[in-house]
Amino acid sequence: MPAVQLNNIKKCYGALCVLDGINLSVEPRDVVAVIGQSGSGKSTMLRCINGLEQIQGGSIDIVGHRIEPGTHSLRSLRKEVGMVFQSYNLFPHLNVAENIMLAPRVVKNVPKQEAWETAQMVLKQVGLADKVGAYPDELSGGQQQRVAIARSLAMKPKVMLFDEVTSALDPQLTGEVLKTIAELAAAGMTMILVTHEMGFARQVANRTVFMYKGQIWEEGRSEDLFAAPKTPELRSFIAPNLK
Amino acid sequence: MAYQMHFGPVLDRAPEFVDGTINTILLSGQGIVIGLAIGLAVAIIRVEGPRWLDQIAVAYIEIIRNTPLLVQVFLFFFGLPYIGLRLSADTSAIIAISFNLGAYSAEIFRAGFLAIPKSQIEAGLALGLTRLQTIRYVVIVPALKVVFPALTGQLTLTLLGSSVVCAISANELTLAASKVESLTFRSLETFLVAGAIYVTLTFVFRFTYWLISLWLFHRKDPARFQIAGALPHGQERVEA
Amino acid sequence: MIQSFGFSSLPILLHGALWTLILSASTFVAAGIFSLIFALLRVLGPRPVRLLIAGYIELVQATPLLILLFLAYYGLSFLGYYFPPLAAAVISLTLYATAFLADIWRGCIEAIPKQQWEAADALAMSTPQKLRYVILPQAFRISLGPTVGFLVQIVKNTSVTALISFVELTRAGQLLNNMTFQPFEVFLTVAAMYFIICYPLSYYSEYLQGGKRARSST
Repeated sequence: MPAVQLNNIKKCYGALCVLDGINLSVEPRDVVAVIGQSGSGKSTMLRCINGLEQIQGGSIDIVGHRIEPGTHSLRSLRKEVGMVFQSYNLFPHLNVAENIMLAPRVVKNVPKQEAWETAQMVLKQVGLADKVGAYPDELSGGQQQRVAIARSLAMKPKVMLFDEVTSALDPQLTGEVLKTIAELAAAGMTMILVTHEMGFARQVANRTVFMYKGQIWEEGRSEDLFAAPKTPELRSFIAPNLK
Repeated sequence: MAYQMHFGPVLDRAPEFVDGTINTILLSGQGIVIGLAIGLAVAIIRVEGPRWLDQIAVAYIEIIRNTPLLVQVFLFFFGLPYIGLRLSADTSAIIAISFNLGAYSAEIFRAGFLAIPKSQIEAGLALGLTRLQTIRYVVIVPALKVVFPALTGQLTLTLLGSSVVCAISANELTLAASKVESLTFRSLETFLVAGAIYVTLTFVFRFTYWLISLWLFHRKDPARFQIAGALPHGQERVEA
Repeated sequence: MIQSFGFSSLPILLHGALWTLILSASTFVAAGIFSLIFALLRVLGPRPVRLLIAGYIELVQATPLLILLFLAYYGLSFLGYYFPPLAAAVISLTLYATAFLADIWRGCIEAIPKQQWEAADALAMSTPQKLRYVILPQAFRISLGPTVGFLVQIVKNTSVTALISFVELTRAGQLLNNMTFQPFEVFLTVAAMYFIICYPLSYYSEYLQGGKRARSST
C-alpha cells in the first residue's frame, strides 16, 4: 500500500487552478523530489498533503488518513507527518531542547524523561548534540534548519515533507542540511522534498516529479528523468540548472 | 422598570449643542496648531540643539507626559495669574492643550526624524544646504510620512481630551452638554447626543487628516517642475 | 475653613493618591481580562464577532472618556440603578481602557509571523496549545513595553473621575484648594505626585522597548 496517494486533487482560486488534477503515489521508503518553476504549484501541493492548505477536489490518502475537501480534523494526521519549512520556523522563545520536546510533550503526552532522551537522540542524528541549550538566534541558518528537522523527527513521523528547506541558506550552509536529509533517506524515511537543488534531487531522490502549470508534467526514476527528459518544458527547465 | 428615552427636550437645546461643537472645534483646532508648532520646535531642539537645551526639552516632555491633562489645565488656569497673567478660562484651556500636545508631538516628530537615514541628511549637507534647510527640504516630509498615523492618533486624543477643560468652565461641547443636562434632567440622552457629536467630530477630523496626507505625500508629476522652472517642490509650496 | 497649604495638607493628598492607585489597579486588572478575551476574539473569532469587537474599539476610541464617565454616572442611574462614583469610575475606565489595550494586544498577537502558527500546526498542536505554548509567550514579550506604557495612561485617566466627585488625587487637590486658596502650590504638589507614580512606569516602558538606547545616542 502506498504511504501517500494523491487522487486527482484540485486547488483553484476562481478560474486559476494552482493544482489541476494531481495524481501521485509514494511508496514507503520512497524519496520523491518535486521540481519545477516557482508558481508551478509544488509548494502548494506539499502544503495540501498535511492540510496547511485546503483542497477543493479529489482526495489524499496518507499513512491511513484521508483528506478530502472540507476535512478539518487534521491533528491525528499531523502527528504522523512531519514538515520542515523554508524559513525554519523554530520557536524563538524556546531553546533547542524545548523546541524539540514541546510537541511530543503537549501533543503526544510523552513523559518528560522520554521526550528528553528522544531530543538528545534526534539532535545527535542531525549532528547538533552540543547545541541542546542554545536559542535559535544563537545558531546559524543551517544549524536552525537541522534543529527544525530534529524537531520534526522527534514526533516519530512516518512521512516527512520538506518545503524548499535550503532556499534561504548560503551555499556553504546548504551542504550540511542536504547531508542530514541524505542520511535520513539512507535510513529509510519516506520523504517528499520540494527543492531547487537539481544535483541533490538526482543523487538522493529515487523518484523525481516535474510540475508545470499546476500539473505533474513528467515523473519517473530520477536518473532517467534527468538523463532523458521527455517533454520540452522539462528539458528547458533542467538545461540551465545542470550546466 | 423600563426607562423611556425622551430625546425631545434634549434636542430642543440644539443651539447649545451647536455652540458647544463650534467651541470644541475652535478650541482643539487652535490647540492642535499651536501644539504641533511647539512639538516641531522641541523635536528640532532635541535632534539638533545644544545639550543644555535638549535637557530642558526632555524635562518638559517628561513632566507633561507623566501628569494628567486635567491637572495641567488647573495649573495653567490657577497658576498663570501668579506670574501676572490673568487669562480667561478659554485661553488657559488652549494654552494647556497646546503645551500638552507639544510634548507628545515632539516625541512623535523626533521619532520621525530619527527614522530618516543619516545618508539623506549627509546628501543634503553635501549639496550645500544648511542643517535647518536640510531638515526643511529633505527630512520633514518623509519623516512626517513615517509618523503620520501616530501623529493623527495623538491629535484624536487631543480633540477628545479637550473635554476635560469643562472643569474650569471653558466653553466647549462637554460644558454645553452639562448645562443642557442640568436644564432638562435628561442625563442619559444628553450625554448620548454629546457622545454622538464627538464620534462624528472624530471621523470628520480623521477625514481632514487624510486629505492633508494626500496633499502632503502625493507624488508629483515631473512635467510640473519644468513649467515651474525646476524649483525644488518645497520652495514652490512656500510661494503657493 | 481656611487653612494654609503645608505638610499638614499632605495626608489629604496621599489619601487621594492611594485611591488613584486603587482605581488604576482595578481598571488595569478588569481591562486586562477583557482585553485578552477581546484581542483573541478579534484575531481568531468568527467574522461577526470580529466586526463587533472592531466596532466597539472604533466607537470607544472616538468618544471622550469624560462622556463615558458621565453616561455611567448620571445616565445609567436613570435606568433604575444607582451607580456610586467608584462603580461608575471603574466601569467607564474599564470600558475605555479595554478599547485601547485590546487593540495594543491584538497588534502584538498579529505581529507573530504566520509561519509560527504553521510550524505549530505541522506539529499537530491544537489551537489552545498553539496559543499557550507558541503564540502568546512571544506576544507577551513584545506587549510588555506598550502595556506598561499604557498603564501610565490609565493612571492619568483616573484623574477625570474627579469631575464626578470621586475623591482621588486630583479631586483631593480640588478640595484642598477650596480650603487653602493656594491653587498653584496645591496643584503643583498634585502634579508632582502623579509624576512620582508615572515616571518610573514610563521609564521602565521605554527601557523595555529599547527606547533609552536611541535617546542616549543623540
